[in-house]
Amino acid sequence: MKAITGQKPFEEIAQLLGKCENVYIVGCGTCATMCHTGGKAEVLKMKEQLESTGKKVTGWMVIPTPCDTLTEDALKEDTEAIKAASCLLVMACAFGVQTVALYTDKAVYPALNTLFIGQEEAPGRFYEACLQCGNCVLGLTAGICPLVRCAKGLLNGPCGGSVGGKCEVSPETPCAWQLIIDRLKEQGQLEKLEKITPIRDWSTSLSGGPRRTTVKS
Amino acid sequence: MKAGSNLEKVLESGRFAVTAEAGPPKGTSAAVVQKKAETLRNACDAVNITDNQTAIVRMCSLAGCVIVKQQGVEPVMQMVVRDRNRIAIQSDVLGAIALGIRNILCLTGDHQKFGNHPSARGVYDIDSIQLIQTLKRMRDEKKFINGEDISGEVPLFIGAAENPFADPFEFRVIRLAKKIEAGADFIQTQAVYDVPKFKRWMEMVTERGLDKKTHILAGIIPIRAVGMARYMRDNVPGISLPNELVTRMEQATSGKEEGLKIALETIEQMKEIPGVHGIHIMAVGWEDIVPTLVERVKLLPRPVL
Ligand code: SF4
Ligand code: SF4
Repeated sequence: MKAITGQKPFEEIAQLLGKCENVYIVGCGTCATMCHTGGKAEVLKMKEQLESTGKKVTGWMVIPTPCDTLTEDALKEDTEAIKAASCLLVMACAFGVQTVALYTDKAVYPALNTLFIGQEEAPGRFYEACLQCGNCVLGLTAGICPLVRCAKGLLNGPCGGSVGGKCEVSPETPCAWQLIIDRLKEQGQLEKLEKITPIRDWSTSLSGGPRRTTVKS
Repeated sequence: MKAGSNLEKVLESGRFAVTAEAGPPKGTSAAVVQKKAETLRNACDAVNITDNQTAIVRMCSLAGCVIVKQQGVEPVMQMVVRDRNRIAIQSDVLGAIALGIRNILCLTGDHQKFGNHPSARGVYDIDSIQLIQTLKRMRDEKKFINGEDISGEVPLFIGAAENPFADPFEFRVIRLAKKIEAGADFIQTQAVYDVPKFKRWMEMVTERGLDKKTHILAGIIPIRAVGMARYMRDNVPGISLPNELVTRMEQATSGKEEGLKIALETIEQMKEIPGVHGIHIMAVGWEDIVPTLVERVKLLPRPVL
């Protein structure tokens, strides 16, 4: 599982930082390093860019996995420099941003957009694999998620725009339902799709409100 | 009779039905819709009013249907699942019935990316097959999706679309069967240009006996100009327009005449295909041509039942 990120335009970052003149930068040694959005190289480039606009970068660090609780200890290692900053700019996925925010009272700003949870299909090429809907249908769809891979999230697809294996939204996007049908056909299970998939319960998704769970020990 | 609509009567009596399509304006003028209704009045059995077609904001289908109905022309309300969740859908259906609308066509809708608000959030709470199911349950059991009772009658003649030219080809018939099982009383197809492919699809349909369980109306879009033919061939997902038709349009002295001729020939062929119960003419922006077209294929006058 990888959180795929993209860097926000620098103007947006500058706007977020606003009057915050002293900035501390946090990078991510895992997903954002792999995406080239928040590794050491990108953090240093950001430092340079901020300095060229007159900001002061009081320090920086690349936390191995800013999304876990060890972040607290990591931040303690550079207390002085963080103290000298009036805000933190986090070059990690939104999960990392929120974790950093748990362990500091200072304003925390994201430098990245978290795009999706990605599956690598070729080196450096990712597609969205799951949106955590809370009610998984992969068992009916040959392991291919129709909610994120079909542009309309259809459960009884394909729509009338599926042509030559491609989705109507773009010639670069495979039609999820063509993939599902091909796969089920190979497995001799196409008849699975003859049954109508009933209306789903979206309350398990974000539509049901913020989600929380307690893992039983 | 499920709804007692004119369209239902024509189809149930075994006659060859004619429906046409009209798009409401990108504005507030009822007169625009009235004019289209007048043009189509005697040329068809019912008029489909599109629902923000190609994801471009227009006057809502429900209002368009009411205006057409006030003119004494029977509407088919198109309804896409792109823009409404189940709460809005069921509420719109109640309102439509209260206002005398009896035919509803269930659609997925073109992706919002194609329209004039590409940054809109797509809804897709339920899909088009589930929409058909919902309408059938509302009509036959007088129940909402959640199982609660609906007060009052729910007369509905339920339609769906199918595209025989989309992929995967063999699956299109399975999907049609699912729509029929869900409750589709009639089907309006994507525009037919590739007649041999359509025939192959209809053979699969009749083999499964599906033509006995629903009424299939073949889609017709008259081509106005060679540019339109090329555009549809190259850019409209799910339309299969053979090159030879483009060549015919290129060589014609009058594009309009040739387009009309192609449409006439196609309709004549549709009349001969077993299992086809009518045609659905989508001459959007060229509604004037519909009466001529219907007259020349000898489908006038339309029955009064
Ligand atoms: S069905 Fe839901 S849980 Fe399963 S892969 Fe798709 S989004 Fe994820
Ligand atoms: S073309 Fe395929 S993937 Fe695209 S919206 Fe239609 S069914 Fe979904």
